[in-house]
Amino acid sequence: MSAHASQSAACPARFRRAAEGARAAPAERPHQHRAAAPRLWLALYLPRFPLEILGAQRTAAIAPLAVTDGPGAAGVVVAADADAVAAGVHAGMPVGAACAVVPNLRLAVRDEAAEAAALEGLAAWAGRITSCVSLEPPHGLLLEIGGSLALFGGLEALLARVRDAIDALGYSACLGVAPTALGAWLLARAGLEEPVTAAHALPARLAPVPLECLDLPAQVQARLRRVGVERFGDCCRLPRDAVARRTEPLLLERLDRALGRRADVRLPYTPPPVFERRVGLAGDVRDSETLLRVAERLLAELAGFLQSRAGGVQALEWHLAHRRAAATRLVVELVSPSRDAGHLLLLLGERLERIELVEAVVYLGVRARAIVPLAPASRDLYGEEGVIGGDWRALVERLRARLGREAVRGLAVCADHRPERAWRGCPPGDSAAAAMPHARRPLWLLDPPEALRSVSGEPWLDGQLVLTRGPERIESGWWDGHDVARDYFEAHCPDGACYWIYRELRARGGWYLHGVFA
Amino acid sequence: MSAALERLRRHPAIWQRRTRSADGLPTGFAALDAVLPDGGWPMHALTEIVAPREGGGELRLALPALATLATRGRWLAWVGPPYVPYAPALAAAGVVLERLLWIRSVSPAEQLWSAEQALRSGACGAVLVWPSRAQPRGLRRLQLAAEDGRAWALVFRGEAPPGEATPASLRLRVAPSARGLAVEVQKCRGRSGARLEILLDD
Repeated sequence: MSAHASQSAACPARFRRAAEGARAAPAERPHQHRAAAPRLWLALYLPRFPLEILGAQRTAAIAPLAVTDGPGAAGVVVAADADAVAAGVHAGMPVGAACAVVPNLRLAVRDEAAEAAALEGLAAWAGRITSCVSLEPPHGLLLEIGGSLALFGGLEALLARVRDAIDALGYSACLGVAPTALGAWLLARAGLEEPVTAAHALPARLAPVPLECLDLPAQVQARLRRVGVERFGDCCRLPRDAVARRTEPLLLERLDRALGRRADVRLPYTPPPVFERRVGLAGDVRDSETLLRVAERLLAELAGFLQSRAGGVQALEWHLAHRRAAATRLVVELVSPSRDAGHLLLLLGERLERIELVEAVVYLGVRARAIVPLAPASRDLYGEEGVIGGDWRALVERLRARLGREAVRGLAVCADHRPERAWRGCPPGDSAAAAMPHARRPLWLLDPPEALRSVSGEPWLDGQLVLTRGPERIESGWWDGHDVARDYFEAHCPDGACYWIYRELRARGGWYLHGVFA
Repeated sequence: MSAALERLRRHPAIWQRRTRSADGLPTGFAALDAVLPDGGWPMHALTEIVAPREGGGELRLALPALATLATRGRWLAWVGPPYVPYAPALAAAGVVLERLLWIRSVSPAEQLWSAEQALRSGACGAVLVWPSRAQPRGLRRLQLAAEDGRAWALVFRGEAPPGEATPASLRLRVAPSARGLAVEVQKCRGRSGARLEILLDD
């Protein structure tokens, strides 16, 4: 508050001008002037991102690990794991110095392409929080959450939700909340996680933010440090026109954006039309448990991506890349589109359980090609009262994932006189009605019919069969080359069992068992 | 404590008798309803039908109730039937084919797994199982799944070894008779041992 007071006291006229300038500036971009809920920004800063994306799973550390900005000893540490930090390694430290501090330090060069892909994945996930997400490369995101607060039951609930999800995705983040995008970002960068919701509180709350968080060029920072400027608050106390003239217009611009005196335009992140993510696995992975843990994170991102597009997937393609062997490709098909990450994970789990991995997996990738609009859940037409109707589609998908597509089917009637063609397997729930024969039919059909022994011309099955009904002559199918000519009978066994048998009327003749009256 | 108890209760080797049972679903055969304690098939539980051989009319005994469930929109899962369930005959018996799920012959372990999935899914009114060998342990799992998923588990099996206890709520033995089916109630709450004949009209 004091910073704000002293600053505006120092240059009230300029303050007004700057504010007017901001209003007059052609800055009416998508984020700027939308009515309804007041703007509130949530910044996610992921200080350990380079480290976290490197090993998609958290493995027990063998030795302290640091990620560097390049190969060799000339590089600089960009992130270090807890063990390395405890031993005195920190970001910005030259690699040589870090190795001197921790002799058994493991070094990994950062993978900027993977970081960018992971950040986009995270942005896709953030689609479930708000439709307004922008990237803050290399390891930050900005979410406009003003319009989402009501949906999530308030700021506190929303933040808790975000924290849980970030944790589940395997990242660690600092969360900053402020009415301006840069303000939120500075709070997150400085690790000041107490949310700021009122614009007038910003100057005081931003005052302790260290100078380096402003991302000014090194020589500007050095100049400012020489005059004793260490923090955001110190910058605000500088005489404004002196700053503008002598130092850098860049600093003024940063201050004004952070405090909301100048428009701060953020380009919203637009997810690509196809979801495709691939993550490297630290160490060769063979067990499905680890694969599923990684898959769970990918699916969380996918779910956010789908939610932001109000869609679901009907099929999901998994790629398990190996070092030498050709990639294992698993396609999980769904009966109806879904974006339920838990369900999709379950289906992958069933598939993984059924296969033998040829080799360890080094990359896990997932691709959702066709995004289909997801209709709101419709109530089952028949739904029995008082019974919670389970999701039959989920059941079919789960069974198919484990048993294979062909093992799980529905049944339908076909208008055909030939008994073996009067039925067909069909997708579950998809049995179109057809005309039915009037004659009695058995509940079991043998497919194909089984030749019966005949004893002096009479059919025989564990004893002589007694024909009790028939014949019903079926002659049909001359048009498609599968013509039949048969006389069907019901026949009883001595022990009472009842069968559906026929006598072949063609050249080869003989008796056949075609059905069982169960 | 309660979590540990719950784990124990769910252990496949432990079977706990429940006191309350849901209302019975009329079998469609008045004579059979009359001897069953709930006035019909015990829902949300396991029924065993012992048929010495296929073709004795054992499936027709269950068919009216199955048709009722399908008409109410509940799914009927057929897990590992010995032959192709013949759609024209099922449709003629009033079974809504759109509600039929045919899970073709799979290994015994997969069969049990599939049946449990179907029972617990909440989507199925009845799950029919033809186990290659019905063992008490597997039957117990089906009984539990039926209770949890509020579905009717129906196991068709051959003759059980003499003296083998069953976790099922109901066990009927059926065999063809001169005019229909000879039914023996081998186990049920209250009154086991009843024998009756059911007439099957054609």
